[in-house]
Amino acid sequence: MRLLITGGRVIDPASGLDDTLDVLVEEGQILQVGKVRGSAFRVQGKKNKKPTNQEPPTSSVDRVVDATGKIVTPGLIDMHVHLREPGREDEETIASGTAAAARGGFTSICCMPNTEPVNDTASVTEYIREQAQKVGRVHVFPIGCISRAQQGQGLTEIGDLVAAGCVGLSDDGRPVMNAELMRRAMEYATMFDIPLLPHCEELSLSAGGVAHEGRVSTELGLKGIPSTAEAVMVGRDILLSEYTGARLHICHVSTDESIRLIREARARGVRVSGEATPHHLILTDEAVRGFTTNAKMNPPLRSAGHMTALREALIDGTIEVIATDHAPHAHAEKETEFDYAPFGIIGLETALGLILTEFFHSRLLTLPMIVERMATAPARILKLKHKGTLAVGADADITIIDPDRKWTVEEHELRSKSKNSPFIGWKLKGQAVMTIVAGQVVWETP
Amino acid sequence: MTLKRKDLLTIRELEPEEIHQILDTADSMKEIGTREIKKVPALRGKTVINLFYEASTRTRTSFEIAGKWLSADVINIASTVSSMTKGESLLDTGKTLQAMRPDVVIIRHPVPGAPKLLADRLQAAIINAGDGAHEHPTQALLDLFTIRERLGRLEGLRVAIVGDISHSRVARSNIQAMRKTGIEVRVAGPATLLPRYPEQLGVQVTTDLEAAIADADVIMMLRIQRERQGPTLLPSLREYSRLFGLNVERLKKAKEGVLIMHPGPLNRGVEISPEVADGPYSLILDQVTNGLAIRMALLYLLTGGHPAER
Repeated sequence: MRLLITGGRVIDPASGLDDTLDVLVEEGQILQVGKVRGSAFRVQGKKNKKPTNQEPPTSSVDRVVDATGKIVTPGLIDMHVHLREPGREDEETIASGTAAAARGGFTSICCMPNTEPVNDTASVTEYIREQAQKVGRVHVFPIGCISRAQQGQGLTEIGDLVAAGCVGLSDDGRPVMNAELMRRAMEYATMFDIPLLPHCEELSLSAGGVAHEGRVSTELGLKGIPSTAEAVMVGRDILLSEYTGARLHICHVSTDESIRLIREARARGVRVSGEATPHHLILTDEAVRGFTTNAKMNPPLRSAGHMTALREALIDGTIEVIATDHAPHAHAEKETEFDYAPFGIIGLETALGLILTEFFHSRLLTLPMIVERMATAPARILKLKHKGTLAVGADADITIIDPDRKWTVEEHELRSKSKNSPFIGWKLKGQAVMTIVAGQVVWETP
Repeated sequence: MTLKRKDLLTIRELEPEEIHQILDTADSMKEIGTREIKKVPALRGKTVINLFYEASTRTRTSFEIAGKWLSADVINIASTVSSMTKGESLLDTGKTLQAMRPDVVIIRHPVPGAPKLLADRLQAAIINAGDGAHEHPTQALLDLFTIRERLGRLEGLRVAIVGDISHSRVARSNIQAMRKTGIEVRVAGPATLLPRYPEQLGVQVTTDLEAAIADADVIMMLRIQRERQGPTLLPSLREYSRLFGLNVERLKKAKEGVLIMHPGPLNRGVEISPEVADGPYSLILDQVTNGLAIRMALLYLLTGGHPAER
């Protein structure tokens, strides 16, 4: 199968490309990136110095995709997804979650280990990968547990997990409270050069909390989660990472204090990166008014000051990655008293549209900056080979984006099994119009 | 006469005129309780359900008596005797009750916002009888009523609210109600029990009890809720009493004749000494009596006097 994508603006920060080019794909790999001029296919890109008179590609391809006026980027990568399979297939499955990812423009996603059972052994990792092979629309890279059964007591068999395909370690949702265990996990992880992706929350400070401790929670009488609950742990993990040399990636950063700690650590050369979710970048705790359970997440939506700091950190590169923390929950579980509702919202299908609307069209981020944060950086942090780039020889995971396409987030169009999104009804500008995984089109807008 | 709204969920959402309307209606209701035959037919044929997910004696009883004096049929559902304990969700319970055509559902619930959840989905009028640390609007209304009854006005008065402000729905509702009626509110308590963002509530806070009560016309003491507080918030009730308890000695720092209020139930000897609670300036039992008038007024106003419309 040969696929030619013509006339699009190809943006690949990893190989320094940003030009109107054609991309030729064969056997699941990027074969050529260049310009069609009549019959001559002129090869572009730093890494490829081959002769320019290649065969005219249009005559021998199976499909030509006209991407004129569109953006052609390396397939987007979401480092933070909850797929719920195994265990809560009523909320999401690997099939439905990867279908949602494909619609959202993601070609690779990392699934967090808090399934039932948790992903703390190679056999669970293997199950997820086999299932993803069978029914997945996009690549699935499992994140393994740091501690056995996510109990925070003893280390998982990290060597086994890595061998089975885990690309990172996290006890997401059940933060490791035992600092010594975290230290040892980091030391052990250095043997495999695998990053730790902690959900940073000091549980004694957040206990019982359901919303950001701020003006809104004060007014509504909701138990608060102070910003320091996150930052105290970010500080601990940065210090441990510096001490052990482990690679650290802070999940869903939400507070000004955390950002200051990360910025300061990076300036000192600590190997720490961070991610921000679209909802923390776009919503504040004002969304909680009315006791809206689709505004309940952990970390909670923060006040405007924290959101502004997070935006600045995303723009200046302190926060390298945009990730969704896609967290499907059954309708009945969210349709309840605020305190009893589970934390989290879905995000795979709205992330790109939200970021384009709120950051590209507001001139806060350029398209290359967005691609860097949604594809290049995740691949670099997770060391995903041949991903996050359109260099010749890379995997043919490609997202074609129409940055000006206007659309409305409609509940019935969501491919995720769960519909718990505060963005339903939002009018957005910009969407993935085609998602290509290993050279196969897995999504195109109707 | 009727309220502009279907439900009474918070004081925050009320206009000052609505507050005065409720107080004025309660004025005319209060007389019913002084009659030999304490019954009027205003709510005959109406059904009122008390849905209580938290233990309560005075509020539940007050609503029940208020309903019965107005001739409504009042049904009590408490969490220990219903399907609540069988794991039925609040919404399913609400829908089940709705199918029995109640006119008013009064709900007390430990979670902020729970009454709104019902109000958004049920046709019945919902009255919030206390939702977590959020609001307790009928308590604030009966407190205003009691102050106005004794002092003849609200505008320009100074009230000190003392105790656990952070976890108190009584404080949240009263602060709103008092600000909307022109009362100057001061709030005092230990630093661990003050809200972190008091400006959101629109009040000045202090940890200096004597400064807060110095020129107050009314001191409202809040109950220390031993059952809700972990060991990290206060070192001991003994120290709390020493620093923030209201006793005769401390009252000497306040204005002569300052009125004393407390929403009950009392922790005698903790936040308030028996001499003060039972003293000549205590309004604590007036608050209870006036609670009936306020709740009759609300039941009357929310059922609207227009039976055909509901």
